[in-house]
Amino acid sequence: MTRREGVRGLAVGLAAALSACGHGARRPAGAATPITLRFWAFGREGEVVQQLIPEFERTHPAIRVRLQQIPFTAAHEKLLTAVVGEAAPDVAQLGNTWIPELVALRALLPLDSLVRRSPVVVPEDYFPGIWDTNRLGDTTYGVPWYVDTRVLFYRSDMLADAGYRSPPATWSTWRAAMARIRARSGGRTYGVLLPVNEWAQPIALGLAAGAPLLRDGDRYGDFTEPRFRAAFTFYIDLYRDSLSAPVSNTQVANRYQAFAAGEFAMFISGPWDVGECLRRLPDSLRGRWMTAPMPAADAVPDVPATLPLRGATDTTVPGASLAGGSSLVIFRDSPHPAAAWAFLEYLSAPAQQAAFYRVSEDLPARRSAWEDPSIARNPYVRAFGRQLQSVRPTPPVPEWEQIATLVATHGEAAARGAVTPDAALSALDADVDRALEKRRWLLARQGAGATGTGR
Amino acid sequence: MTTAGRGGPGAQAARRAALLLLAPGLLLITVTFLLPAAASLLLSLSDFDLYAVAVPADARVVWLRNYVTLVESPLFWAAFRNTLYFVLVGGPLSVLVSLGAALMLSADGVRLRTLFRTVYFAPVVTTLVAVAVVWKYIYAPQIGLLDTGLRWLGVAPVDWLGSAAWAMPSLIVMNVWKNFGYNMIIFVAGLQAVPTELYDAARVDGAGAWQRFWHVTLPSLAPTFLFVSITTMIGALQLFAEPYVMTQGGPLHATLSLVLYMFDQGFAFWHIGYAAGIAVVLFLLTLAGAAVQLRARRAPAAI
Repeated sequence: MTRREGVRGLAVGLAAALSACGHGARRPAGAATPITLRFWAFGREGEVVQQLIPEFERTHPAIRVRLQQIPFTAAHEKLLTAVVGEAAPDVAQLGNTWIPELVALRALLPLDSLVRRSPVVVPEDYFPGIWDTNRLGDTTYGVPWYVDTRVLFYRSDMLADAGYRSPPATWSTWRAAMARIRARSGGRTYGVLLPVNEWAQPIALGLAAGAPLLRDGDRYGDFTEPRFRAAFTFYIDLYRDSLSAPVSNTQVANRYQAFAAGEFAMFISGPWDVGECLRRLPDSLRGRWMTAPMPAADAVPDVPATLPLRGATDTTVPGASLAGGSSLVIFRDSPHPAAAWAFLEYLSAPAQQAAFYRVSEDLPARRSAWEDPSIARNPYVRAFGRQLQSVRPTPPVPEWEQIATLVATHGEAAARGAVTPDAALSALDADVDRALEKRRWLLARQGAGATGTGR
Repeated sequence: MTTAGRGGPGAQAARRAALLLLAPGLLLITVTFLLPAAASLLLSLSDFDLYAVAVPADARVVWLRNYVTLVESPLFWAAFRNTLYFVLVGGPLSVLVSLGAALMLSADGVRLRTLFRTVYFAPVVTTLVAVAVVWKYIYAPQIGLLDTGLRWLGVAPVDWLGSAAWAMPSLIVMNVWKNFGYNMIIFVAGLQAVPTELYDAARVDGAGAWQRFWHVTLPSLAPTFLFVSITTMIGALQLFAEPYVMTQGGPLHATLSLVLYMFDQGFAFWHIGYAAGIAVVLFLLTLAGAAVQLRARRAPAAI
């Protein structure tokens, strides 16, 4: 069965709409027959979460969990087609930026009453920026499972050689350090590796600068706004001044090898790279690299420091970063919401969160799980803990996936020098405005004052 | 049917029988082709999207706006150019390789003919995803088979799938390797149908090998050519799985094909109306290509 599903997984994109993934659990023959929960998880998480399931089935003999692992590249299409085809599972892992889309499809079960009654899922124990990504309006649609934010990975030896004993805390020192490292290496070393075709870096810098990204109740793009413009100019100037290598993520054959060889002194990445670096960097590099929270944006001229920011988190120290990660959701059509919630509670308990960290290296969304020695004693993870005090979500609109693609496209054009930063931002705003046209129409029809997502 | 006349009761019975016999086929074509095609056409006049999936009333009739957006979108034109590149370079190349292989297999004195035929045909029946995974290893930068070979020859390695200039040629080469066996079999059959008397007569007239090929083999293969080139063109226009599996349309959209663009718009962003518009354009393109080829082939055949 699992092998068949694995083979199917390979071709999943091609057959996403058609794959007959056991639509509708079989009706139990008698009262003694356990309920079967269908659970979808993606990529590596889908592989390792299997290890946590036997314990749940042992403590909940009336429930069986059938896990289906789906490749990450096909996950988004597969989920949407499953919902439209009424073949959605009971429980699924969901990238938290996808929640607005599935809410627009009315596919998710609101969890507020369940959370209120739950002794296990305690919202106050979660990183606030992360919990917020699961709420739309006044409704909670998901429980954070693990968190993903971006921090700075740096070569401490190269920074020390350039005269910096601690990692850069502001953009200006960051840039100065990169310039110093580049000059000292005789042009051999880039300051930082930022793949030109990724949206996460320019967006993370924009969030650090306090940019709202969208305006007027998320009706229009706001990328020409001074704060994003400052962040984007800072970002593009790194390529212009050869402080960042102008390469896409497919052009870097072996990032770890290049990092060890000193081709660049820093890169921005997520929690998964802590384990990868520990495994892949040569022993000679031990103690010569570290992680640090994102540098904070310098004050942007022309913008009063008192301008309100989205979200309540402090954006001054450290620089804010992306509130990414995956949540666990229950689908509205699930015939077993109670059993599904029991499973969600099980995976959310601090002990299971820590156990999941040990098998997946995904950082727990609950702060109490961070007291587990496996996390508390890992020095490379500390920067993530600090960074998570200062994270901001991307705008909760169903169109976000598309907007992110547009940011990557226009960002790459500017980074490669095909257009000026200002021209790229104007084009980006125009494209984003077009992408949000339907949303504006729906909101206008609902009447003034509505700021939901078209529900 | 027309010769049987129209009025008689016998003719009517015959017509009924014919309809009855045709019914299963017609039903199948209607359900699997005509209805979806009509639905696509209607959908392409709407802005049916994610919101409309949840609330059908949220769909609007936008008439030709999807087509206007399409024409104004640089991404559509990139996909259009890439697809044309694939059709115009990959198509003829694939047909030529097939013909060459068929000629070699049909030449006198070739041994192990069946073995080679099977070997050349094997990639056709191999799952594309498996083929793509293997070719990804071949094309891997620095450590791949191709780059390792180049290094031995003292040539600088190339990032085949990662560079905008090489990504499409790389996909074309893989596609030709995977598919030439199919057309080769058809050419082999076509070659076997050429009467040997023609070759004998040409030989008597003093025609050399090249002249025999040019004046006997090629003209005799004309109908085969027509079939092969139209099916190859249609297949090439539908380029999807190769870039989907190997490059996701990158780098810099260099391998974004029309169908991949349609898939992204339709199933990643759920712009169903817009994606339906792309499907209609693709349909018209295929129709135009087939018409041009039919016309081009009809002219020399009349001489």
